[in-house]
Amino acid sequence: MTDSTAGRAAADGPAPAVIRTRGLTKRFRGGQLAVDGLDLTVPRGSVFGFLGPNGSGKTTTIRMLMGLIAPTSGTATVLEAPMPQSVTAVLPRVGALIEGPALYGFLSGRDNLVRYDSADPAADPRTRDRRVAEALERVGLAAAAGKKARAYSLGMKQRLGLAAALLQPRELLVLDEPTNGLDPQGMREIRALVREVAADGTTVFLSSHLLDEIEQVCTHAAVMSRGRLVVQGTVAELAAGARGRLVVQTPDRELAARVLADHGVTDLRTTGDRLDGEPPSGAADDPDGHLPKLCAALVGAGVRVRSFGTERGTLEDAFVALTGEGFDVAG
Amino acid sequence: MSPGEAAVLPRTAAPGGRPRTALGVLALFRSELSITFRRLRTIALLAILAALPVLIGVVIKVEVGDSGGGGPAFMAQVTENGLFLVFTSFVVTLPVFLPMAVGVVAGDSVAGEAGSGTLRYLLVAPAGRTRLLAAKFTAALSFCAAATLTVALSALATGAALFPVGRVTLLSGDSISFWAALLRTGLIAVLVAASLAGLVAIGLFVSTLTGSGIAAMATTVGLVITVQILDGIPQLHSIGPWLFPHYWLSFADLLRQPAYLHDVLRNLGLQGLYAAVFGTAAWARFTSRDITS
Repeated sequence: MTDSTAGRAAADGPAPAVIRTRGLTKRFRGGQLAVDGLDLTVPRGSVFGFLGPNGSGKTTTIRMLMGLIAPTSGTATVLEAPMPQSVTAVLPRVGALIEGPALYGFLSGRDNLVRYDSADPAADPRTRDRRVAEALERVGLAAAAGKKARAYSLGMKQRLGLAAALLQPRELLVLDEPTNGLDPQGMREIRALVREVAADGTTVFLSSHLLDEIEQVCTHAAVMSRGRLVVQGTVAELAAGARGRLVVQTPDRELAARVLADHGVTDLRTTGDRLDGEPPSGAADDPDGHLPKLCAALVGAGVRVRSFGTERGTLEDAFVALTGEGFDVAG
Repeated sequence: MSPGEAAVLPRTAAPGGRPRTALGVLALFRSELSITFRRLRTIALLAILAALPVLIGVVIKVEVGDSGGGGPAFMAQVTENGLFLVFTSFVVTLPVFLPMAVGVVAGDSVAGEAGSGTLRYLLVAPAGRTRLLAAKFTAALSFCAAATLTVALSALATGAALFPVGRVTLLSGDSISFWAALLRTGLIAVLVAASLAGLVAIGLFVSTLTGSGIAAMATTVGLVITVQILDGIPQLHSIGPWLFPHYWLSFADLLRQPAYLHDVLRNLGLQGLYAAVFGTAAWARFTSRDITS
């Protein structure tokens, strides 16, 4: 009851939430608290990055949103209907890739899609063959559609899983680590596909442990750590929390470091021919006043400057600032 | 499945929602049947079941000289009428081979999908847990029918090829025409298939308990063997009539004139009871379970 009023209230606003959780908590039978009081709001039309190290509760949250596991307490609302009670009404409008693809090895790629499409009672059997062919075409598997799925590479399996999520026009696409196990080319293709789907107006909820992936694709992000939500907002807001760094490329590292230190640059780090550090206070407010002077000072001291500039703050910096821990730590 | 589900059903007509159609709902049942019978494992099981009557027929043909008696029921009649090879084959396969094959298919039905991860994709499709379970149950029952039919047809073909066929002398001494006997054989095949319904429900229930197809298959097949051993212990005769294999061989009572139906009906009732109890247990378990695989 509370939910339907919440749904109406959200519909009045400019961007109603596609996913909304309130105090969502899951404690497994062993007593392990996987998700702890999660309050998540995913605006319609966003590409929402769900970020956190492995074991931080991302997949458990996604499973609760998809009605696969029941929350211990709290509520989850997907497309304005409560989950898991509304799975039959909501899930035909949602495409999902959860914890990697799972396929029938003895069936061809095409027959795998036919199988999953048959499981949706709202899917029209008369258009099934056409939709399957289109989905295969979209992920670039049309040529391999007749091959048995057990002969597929991991990248092909991942694409087939994605094709299953794209069998219908969806309002929401939930992708759990969609680029896991892919080569860089495959990652690029999947990200291009995500952008394309988002451009069609589908809200994309993308979980990842790769910060640069979230930065490249997402408009919004939430960060999980040890079952709790650390922060959520737009990617720009989150990245703004981290200060930019000054970056200089030069073969004369020692000399450059000395000059920079003299001009108030702190926290200097050297990696190969690359030197980076915290710009002097005041540089952020008046970059045109400080930075050209710094560069001139370097050149004046005889440093062979190959490149000079600032790098904007990354989500990784923001994450480290927020949690005080490195990102690859398993929770 | 739950009161909440009924309350939100009108939402399916909302913009972006697609209505469910009867064809769409039935598609999963068709898909389940095709998945079951396209598996190499299913085909191998059916091939073994088809080979058994041929083996029995050949052995009887070769050993025809020394008619020392003994062996499974109806063995002696086979040499006089090939149709009896069907009944002999049922007597041989019903205690072990048929339930083993059914145990493999029913035990693996849900657990196998959970183990391979395909279960979560079926459920988010969304197949609906009740509908998926119903489709699994239907497919496993169809396998019972297919397995029984395979034994019957193979035995019939082998019997007709190796032995004479013609008028059949029933166990009660009456003689009926071959076609009347064939009709009874068909009825008996239906009865044999129905005898496995209880086991299908048990296998399905076991299958909802675990995420390992192998474990579920082994448990179900182990259960069939254990229960038959219990059924054979004289001290436990009071529980015997409540064990699902107890009346399995009652199909022979249809070979009397008039047919003796007491045990046949007890068998059907018992199978119905097991199907209801374990089917409900499987449903209760599956609809409330966390899918973490």
